[in-house]
Amino acid sequence: MTETAPDLDRLRGGAAPRNHDARTIAALTANPGCARRGVMDAAGVDKDAVARALGFPAPFGQSQFAITRGNVFEQQVKADGCAELLTLLREGLGLDVPEVAYDDLETVAGNEGRELRHIRTRRLLARALETGEGTLFDHPLLRLDIGGRPAYLEPDVIAFQFAGRFHVIEIKSFAVVDGQAEPEQVAAAARQSAVYVLALRDLVAELGHDPERVSHEVFLVCPENFSNRPAATPVDVRPQLAVLRRQLARLTRIDDILAELPADLTFAPGERLAEAVRTVEARYAPECMAGCEMAFFCRDEARACGATGALGRSVRDDLGGLDTIGTALALADGDLDPAADLAETAAQLRLASLLRAEALENAEARRAAEAPPAPAAAPAAAIPESRAS
Amino acid sequence: MSALSALARLEAVRAGRAQPVATVRHVHIADAPLVLVPLKLAGEAAAPLAVMAGAAPDAPSLLIVPQPRNRDQRFAFAASLARLVLNHVETHRGEVEELPGKDGEVRLRYGDAPQLLVPNRGGVRFLRLLGRSTRFRSTEGAYAVDAAVPVLGRWLTWFADRHDHPGSSLLGAATELLRLHWATGQSSLEDGNLAALMGWIDPPDGLDGPSAAALAEDPVRWPPAGPATDPTFDNEVLAPAIAAYDRSGGDARARERLRAAIETQVTPTWELMWRAVGLLRALPEAAGVARRWERDRDAFTHYHQTFGEAYPQARRDPPVRAARRLHDLERAQEAYEAQRAFDDPLVMAEQRLTGAAFGGVVTECHPERLDETGKRPKLRPLLRVATGDPVRLEPGTPVCSAARPALKGRIVEIGGGGVLVELTGGLGRRLVPEAGVVPVEGDRVCFTSRTEGSFGIARFPDREDTPWTHGGPPEDYVPTADDAREDWS
Repeated sequence: MTETAPDLDRLRGGAAPRNHDARTIAALTANPGCARRGVMDAAGVDKDAVARALGFPAPFGQSQFAITRGNVFEQQVKADGCAELLTLLREGLGLDVPEVAYDDLETVAGNEGRELRHIRTRRLLARALETGEGTLFDHPLLRLDIGGRPAYLEPDVIAFQFAGRFHVIEIKSFAVVDGQAEPEQVAAAARQSAVYVLALRDLVAELGHDPERVSHEVFLVCPENFSNRPAATPVDVRPQLAVLRRQLARLTRIDDILAELPADLTFAPGERLAEAVRTVEARYAPECMAGCEMAFFCRDEARACGATGALGRSVRDDLGGLDTIGTALALADGDLDPAADLAETAAQLRLASLLRAEALENAEARRAAEAPPAPAAAPAAAIPESRAS
Repeated sequence: MSALSALARLEAVRAGRAQPVATVRHVHIADAPLVLVPLKLAGEAAAPLAVMAGAAPDAPSLLIVPQPRNRDQRFAFAASLARLVLNHVETHRGEVEELPGKDGEVRLRYGDAPQLLVPNRGGVRFLRLLGRSTRFRSTEGAYAVDAAVPVLGRWLTWFADRHDHPGSSLLGAATELLRLHWATGQSSLEDGNLAALMGWIDPPDGLDGPSAAALAEDPVRWPPAGPATDPTFDNEVLAPAIAAYDRSGGDARARERLRAAIETQVTPTWELMWRAVGLLRALPEAAGVARRWERDRDAFTHYHQTFGEAYPQARRDPPVRAARRLHDLERAQEAYEAQRAFDDPLVMAEQRLTGAAFGGVVTECHPERLDETGKRPKLRPLLRVATGDPVRLEPGTPVCSAARPALKGRIVEIGGGGVLVELTGGLGRRLVPEAGVVPVEGDRVCFTSRTEGSFGIARFPDREDTPWTHGGPPEDYVPTADDAREDWS
């Protein structure tokens, strides 16, 4: 870090740092190239508060019915020292789990400090690796190196030691009906678990053991069919691990981004907040709406500058990677002479534009010829003043 | 997606309004479709909260489950919904047509079929799960439910199954049907919001697409189209109303208040649904729609007529049925894509852009050319089509005319801004082509290499002959008491 770069505490404006949680992890894996999200997450900025202060509150309210359902299910699975979970592992998956010890690492003697919790996690896991003691470790606090900065992860998972290896157990309350669940939810759970597996492996390696002692096989515990009965499904997260490793390796180093930023930059509430946020470049895609609190602000920004990415990554790809709507339209209209490297894209767009015009004209002519004029249902009239730049 | 549909989105941004991506309607819209707007309880797989249903805009029925966690109330709801849906099914069969079948037998086909419309894909998923959770119920014994409940379950399962079938119009999701015909200036993720999508296609007076869509994202003004409800509504209105209902011990006034609260959440979507139906209906119907609706009616007739003999649909298809189904879906997909392109130049433009088809003006024509190299002379007219399209086809590729797919041909040579096509079929039986069949000089034509019918008929073993690689013959399904007892919590 250079001396002029803002330090992370100043970015936060003195507020307490937030740990990475399921949502920031999802955002990280969905959009690793976004510098804005990267810096804000690295500094532990409360993005929800920032978005609200900017007038773009994130629509991530959760229904109390869903929260209740999730909590009830989790409590049920974990009740009586995870009795039901053990039954699942033993009978459902046929694992020969001998004696059982359950350690909850959520608080350390009433203290929720993250350093303290992380130290306890380390100590217990070190002992488990050495002696094989301990079976279920609930709420471990992990650390992962993200963009050159350690980030604390607050996974709502259990680390399960079995036959000398650790498995991640994730409890989710979406239903598995006849062995099938909603693919998006399973994919999200698998991505999250992969992050935890990676963080656990880092920890195991730090402790001087083989990282492979953390299994790539995680257990997803979900309600079965329409009941409250849990069912465990092993999920192989090797593909997600590979993707994640590549993304983390490619991640621009947070320090490098920070070095480019003004030293007095802060995301503390105030008149200059929007300006401060805009200083750090974002890479908005519609997928951000599912995972990042800043999404509505970034979308507004992307739309205002006519970014094709605001229409979706696939649209941007179909336009040959052109970034701005104005350029793409000008090429399609034939109003702009393309640079040599854009010649192919331009030709494609021009042809697409001509084919569209031809088809629409023919349809119009046919409709006019065939039928008595019907009230036009299809809006075809252009509103010229809203022409995008 | 392609450059063409991406361009349509850009044009929508520029115009501030949705742009057409089809010139005709590719879906059947019934005279009186049964519109369903379902809501479910958040956090549950398929716990119904309410459904607004009806076959006319001014006559919706609103069914609610006052305490969605109460099993008896759920099944009472399922029974009321069953009466509504089954009544619609039974009253939309139309006149029976008699068609010649195999071996001189007579085959029946209902003249009409019921059509269900829901707001979005989530609605389809919800109906599928509701079908799954009700179709195995028993109507006798300790957990008996109303006789209509398992019948509803089987019909909903069948409708959801047909939804997977490309080109079927029996169960439609409004957002998907609209997106088939219009492109908006927002992302496809945002198009999933029916109110925002309608805002782009048909903004209210004084607004343009973006501003109408922005308003539509406010859940207070436009509650979500379901099945998930707005979390703020859940926390601030629904939860207290359900709690009040519970405390009152099922009091009618508390129930009425709950009902009124839910009504505020579904009514805006209900109105959007009928506006969407109106927009789609106003488009001229594509030529292939009637044909595909015929297939839908065939499927409906078959299911309706064999309903009494069959068991509920299995939880998972046995291997042979799964393979057959996959084959059917692939074949339907190919036919659907081909038909849509034949019916609609704007869809065909996609193929022209990728070089799988080409269009242009006939510059040279030899309608009576004969191929005399074989034993008998064959009629093989030649056409030269001037085109600016980037044709990516090899000489020898079979093609057919977009305007009349029966007119078949083969590419002879490509180059010099034109394509030479030899016509090989659809010309009549004689050595002189029938009048008007061969395009003449100056005609605008379009030929494509994408045709339907490359999938042959399905050849799969009988169920009893399921090979060992696929687990051998599956056991026969016999309903068990466990099926009926399954928790629904």
